[in-house]
Amino acid sequence: MTDIITVEATDLTRIYGGREAVSHVSFSLKKGEVLGFLGPNGAGKSTTMKMLTGNLAPSTGTVKICGIDMLENPKEAKALIGFLPEQPPLYRELTVNEFLTIAARLHRVSSGHIKAAVERAKERCGLTEMGKRLIENLSKGYQQRVGIAQAIIHNPMVVILDEPTVGLDPIQIRDIRALIKELGGEHSVILSTHILPEVEMVCDHVQIIHKGQLVFNGSIDVLKQQRKGNRLLLGLGQAPAQEQLLQITGVERVESLDNGLLRIHHTAGQSPAQRLVEAAVAGQWGMYQISPDQTTLEEVFVQLTFQEAA
Amino acid sequence: MIINIARKELKSLFASPMGWVVLALLQFVFGTFFLIGMDQYFQTMSGMIRPEERLGVTQFVGQNVFSIASFVMLFAVPLLSMRLISDERRQQTLTFLFSAPLSLTDIVVGKFLGLVSFLSIVLLFMGAMLMSLGLWSEIDYGYILANILGLWLLVASFSALGIYVSSLTHQPVVAGIITFVLLFALLILDRFFAGDPSSTINYLSLMRHFEAFSRGLLDTRDLVYFFLFIVTFLTLTVRRLDADRLRG
Repeated sequence: MTDIITVEATDLTRIYGGREAVSHVSFSLKKGEVLGFLGPNGAGKSTTMKMLTGNLAPSTGTVKICGIDMLENPKEAKALIGFLPEQPPLYRELTVNEFLTIAARLHRVSSGHIKAAVERAKERCGLTEMGKRLIENLSKGYQQRVGIAQAIIHNPMVVILDEPTVGLDPIQIRDIRALIKELGGEHSVILSTHILPEVEMVCDHVQIIHKGQLVFNGSIDVLKQQRKGNRLLLGLGQAPAQEQLLQITGVERVESLDNGLLRIHHTAGQSPAQRLVEAAVAGQWGMYQISPDQTTLEEVFVQLTFQEAA
Repeated sequence: MIINIARKELKSLFASPMGWVVLALLQFVFGTFFLIGMDQYFQTMSGMIRPEERLGVTQFVGQNVFSIASFVMLFAVPLLSMRLISDERRQQTLTFLFSAPLSLTDIVVGKFLGLVSFLSIVLLFMGAMLMSLGLWSEIDYGYILANILGLWLLVASFSALGIYVSSLTHQPVVAGIITFVLLFALLILDRFFAGDPSSTINYLSLMRHFEAFSRGLLDTRDLVYFFLFIVTFLTLTVRRLDADRLRG
């Protein structure tokens, strides 16, 4: 994969009435990457996205799209972006075809290619049969798809989607996720979402934003690593005294849980599973369960956002 | 790019019944006044014996139509202009335009041109109607053209003000009412200061500048006035939208 940097945000800050809605956010995105933007409500996700797309001027900081400064050359920079805001911007009185044609025209698709571009966008978003329908009469899910179609119609370098799967049914969500993955191949994609498994499924990179600040910025693998943790769950019929468990190499701390299980915290990288099983057999502890204790992504998320608040 | 925005506006106007209804009603009103004018012409002129009391048919009928036109447009333009920006703001579609590779000037001028070209259709029909008098009589084409030009500048000025007011609010109806009140005030401004003809405020009245055209007189001062009026309000609109981007 080529290492072309498509989005570069430096020190983005946005102040609303003295309060920093987004403060000193910096990141960069390479071609072909999918970046997931996570955060609780009101964390500043949408504000950041608006700044990236030139809908909002940052109080300080710069945005560069493929090396073009958004503030100095807004037209050139915007031509490289496709944006789906939180509320899909649709002209309800027009048909899908009419609307997409206007979108293509405004995004400088040359007049000879408009028809083909509209067809392709419809095909990618599963709208082929809806071309002649009025947008007003479409269901929420289809309207959302039209919103995505207008964002990708000009084949932009960077696609920015603000909560793209809201209001879709499970099958549509699966389709849209597949589409996002596909887009990630040739474009860079930034998407924001509340749905954590979605991030795990489609994103290469994750950013967690909380109260306007980036609290996590890294690849999805790092987050998954964090998720595994250094813990084991142990189920014993006749549990020995905790001291006995603590003597086993690698065990750092033992915690008994409400459901009768024990949670073993161990040193990173040296799982004492083997030794625990051996000790259990030797000591006849009546072991019935041993498994890695995975925190859910939700917990990681809560941890990260909570720490910052504390 | 400006053209594309204008095309989009025209498309939106004709995609809803709004455009067609306004077009039909305006044509109906002007047609009626045209017919009444013709009727009255024969009645009045048959009573005038001395030649110097007679008035040309162009001026007689023209006056009838054009004076009502400037008045009707006072209602029609706010109705059409009120949605231009406020509705896009309410439906959150302004983001669509802001995210496209367009400058704010492109957007505002495009919307302005879209509305003005719609109104030009109305004026075109009106002109054609009056020109049809030429089929059986000798008419004063200069008079008609001057009137059409004046009316065109007048509705363009109405539109510019309408767009500006529309950019100030989220509610199309509020924008419509404010536009109407402002236009009305600007039109009758010279009535208030009739006692002092040299007053500067008097000079700001839109009607005062339109009157020269309606007499068939082309005065560059009036042309410049309308031009400046339009440019001022379009610039203010661009500034207002820019403030959106800066202050959010």
